[in-house]
Amino acid sequence: MSNDAAFVEFQRVQKSYDGEVLVVKDLNLSMPKGEFLTMLGPSGSGKTTCLMMLAGFETATHGEIMLDGKPINNIPPHKRGIGMVFQNYALFPHMTVAENLSFPLEVRKMGKEQREEKVKRALDMVQMGAFGSRRPAQLSGGQQQRIALARALVFEPELVLMDEPLGALDKQLREHMQFEITRLAHELGITTVYVTHDQTEALTMSDRVAVFDDGRIQQLAPPDLLYEEPENSFVAQFIGENNTLEGVVKSIDGDSCVVVLDDGSEIDAKPVNVHNAGDRTKVSIRPERVEFNKDRLHADAHTLKATVKEFIYMGDVFRFRLSVAGNDDFIIKTRNAPDAVRLRPGEEVEIGWLAHDCRALDA
Amino acid sequence: MTDATQSGPMLAADGTPLKKSLARSLRRRKLRALALVAPLLLFVMLSFVIPIVSMLLRSVENSIVAETLPLTVVELKNWDAEGGELPDEALYAAFTKDMVAAVEAKTHTRLGTRLNYEQTGMSSMFRKSGRKIKRLDPESDAPFKEKLIEIHDGWGDVETWRTIKTHAVPITNGYFLNAVDMRRTPEGAQAQPEDKQILIKLFGRTLFMSLIITGSCILLAYPVSYLLATLPMRVSNLLMILVLLPFWTSLLVRTSAWKVMLQQQGVINETLVWLGLVADDARLVIINNQFGTIIAMTHILLPFMILPMYSVMQTIPPSYTRAAKSMGATNWTTFWRIYFPQSIPGIGAGSILVFILAIGYYITPEIVGGTKGVFISNRIAYHISSSLNWGLAAALGTILLAVVLLLYWCYDKIVGIDNVKLG
Repeated sequence: MSNDAAFVEFQRVQKSYDGEVLVVKDLNLSMPKGEFLTMLGPSGSGKTTCLMMLAGFETATHGEIMLDGKPINNIPPHKRGIGMVFQNYALFPHMTVAENLSFPLEVRKMGKEQREEKVKRALDMVQMGAFGSRRPAQLSGGQQQRIALARALVFEPELVLMDEPLGALDKQLREHMQFEITRLAHELGITTVYVTHDQTEALTMSDRVAVFDDGRIQQLAPPDLLYEEPENSFVAQFIGENNTLEGVVKSIDGDSCVVVLDDGSEIDAKPVNVHNAGDRTKVSIRPERVEFNKDRLHADAHTLKATVKEFIYMGDVFRFRLSVAGNDDFIIKTRNAPDAVRLRPGEEVEIGWLAHDCRALDA
Repeated sequence: MTDATQSGPMLAADGTPLKKSLARSLRRRKLRALALVAPLLLFVMLSFVIPIVSMLLRSVENSIVAETLPLTVVELKNWDAEGGELPDEALYAAFTKDMVAAVEAKTHTRLGTRLNYEQTGMSSMFRKSGRKIKRLDPESDAPFKEKLIEIHDGWGDVETWRTIKTHAVPITNGYFLNAVDMRRTPEGAQAQPEDKQILIKLFGRTLFMSLIITGSCILLAYPVSYLLATLPMRVSNLLMILVLLPFWTSLLVRTSAWKVMLQQQGVINETLVWLGLVADDARLVIINNQFGTIIAMTHILLPFMILPMYSVMQTIPPSYTRAAKSMGATNWTTFWRIYFPQSIPGIGAGSILVFILAIGYYITPEIVGGTKGVFISNRIAYHISSSLNWGLAAALGTILLAVVLLLYWCYDKIVGIDNVKLG
């Protein structure tokens, strides 16, 4: 993984808190300067531990973390020069907003005038110029979030870490801040490592997403690839809505394979990490790629019989819950177009898909 | 629409004023709340508020002279205390009449005791004279002036009458003047003679030592509380038990243990002598003085400092220190600029608690304080149980209470009571 352009690099990093369980197992990660990388995963997957190791608040049990080509394992946090935004913002309650922002500059022994100028610029950058004399407690959640961001950026670090910074905000504000953060990160050209368990956040903000589970990176890819081409069933399940059917591979023919489902019916799929006929597999298909209009499928495509269980109207899309091959939670989605068909509960339909939209993954 | 046309108060649906209607609906709830607190309220009133108030009133209450010698007090009003002349026969007659009645009721000795606080010798004078005055007949034995002076020459002393006149008022500031090393004289408040001035010094010492004890508690408790607040819950709970352990041991036992530790033949001195650090004939004097009191009381009051500090420090999220470090602050800067300011409410709460407890402490100074390490409360106890001068004891107690309330008020102005968290 290592290359010369890597700005942040994890080399075979392991972390254990108690000497019995590895929280991070053999982590390798390399990110170039200016990248916005998100660590996404369920709680306990090791993503925050990775962030804390990078920030210097936890030490790696094994392995090397490199920053700009230099190992930083033995550098204390305050000498790493990494900006950080915390989950609950960690704004110092006994200081005003301006004093909060001025703090990192003061400890760098910067002159008063220069400090004031930088603080002002940072506040303007997050559109909070008028709030310098307020206390953090007098600000709303969104405003505190902006100040925390400004404080992490005010000393112009090259690397900024964000630990679920939007977790405490309501949906609308969160979406707005997602946009602000990415805009700032790209404008200032800073390298960002962002930790979240919210996949929408990960998909909309990042250049690349590292999906964590069980102490490992399950997949590291740009958002579109992650969604469309998940490499294993964990990623397929974790990112976006997903239908899973279980079965056994019957035959593999280059780019496509036939899978016999547990109820005996056959489907087409793309072999991703199944290699031999007879392998057990979980096939994954996105709800919007399922087709129930037979005319749009190949003539020789395999189809499945399905019973409509539920119709859910969501405005922009229709969502149907079907019973397919013993799976009662099979979801399909269609756009609310003028010619869209509304299936009624109880109706029997035949569904199918293009082989390359259905991925045969590990069982 | 009806609101706009209505000029009077808001009305409920049935037309009664809304306020009245609301009060009626709340009354039941209030009565219930009152019924729930009533037993405790009654208990506290009977066992705490009323005794304390009556005790505090004793610091000014002085009806004994006027009650025992009612006629004399009336006559004394006409006597010029400044003139240096003895009172005339009328007063002696009134006094004899009063005394005969007082001896009959056996109240004259109590009056003697009361006046003895102001002028030594009064007690025995009243007791001795009482027996002889009883034999006089207030109707037929006049004149009395010479007879009384013959019974005890104190009655021929102008000072005696001046003292009685000065303290004949029913409400007196005399005890309070005594409490601050002054006394009530016909010429007004005056300083006590040098050899009787001990109380101000004792107040000063009490304040000073309480401050030292509070200070040493802060120094010892801060690191411990920090450790407790930062360790994992499992370990800190265990350590907390160790902190609380002294609470489960009798105060007397702990104080006596210090006596064993600190005395000249005690553990510390023996060890030092054995190690050769201290010569056998130069053993350290670390008990029965201020040092002993400070050590023992710091130990006893330490948990009261640790607990509030701990509970405040626990609420300081570790992300603050992390944030500060990520911004480039060294450990010391992080502590001093970020952690310490946020722990001040804990220090404040602990200090108030320890200081107020220390200033009124009694048992420990009594046992390990000797003569130089005692507090004002020991003096109060002395006046309550030995000298029986309850008025002075009440005055001292009132002053102590006032000092504590004043400090509390100052603290509220400076730090703010709202910032204090006890748990």
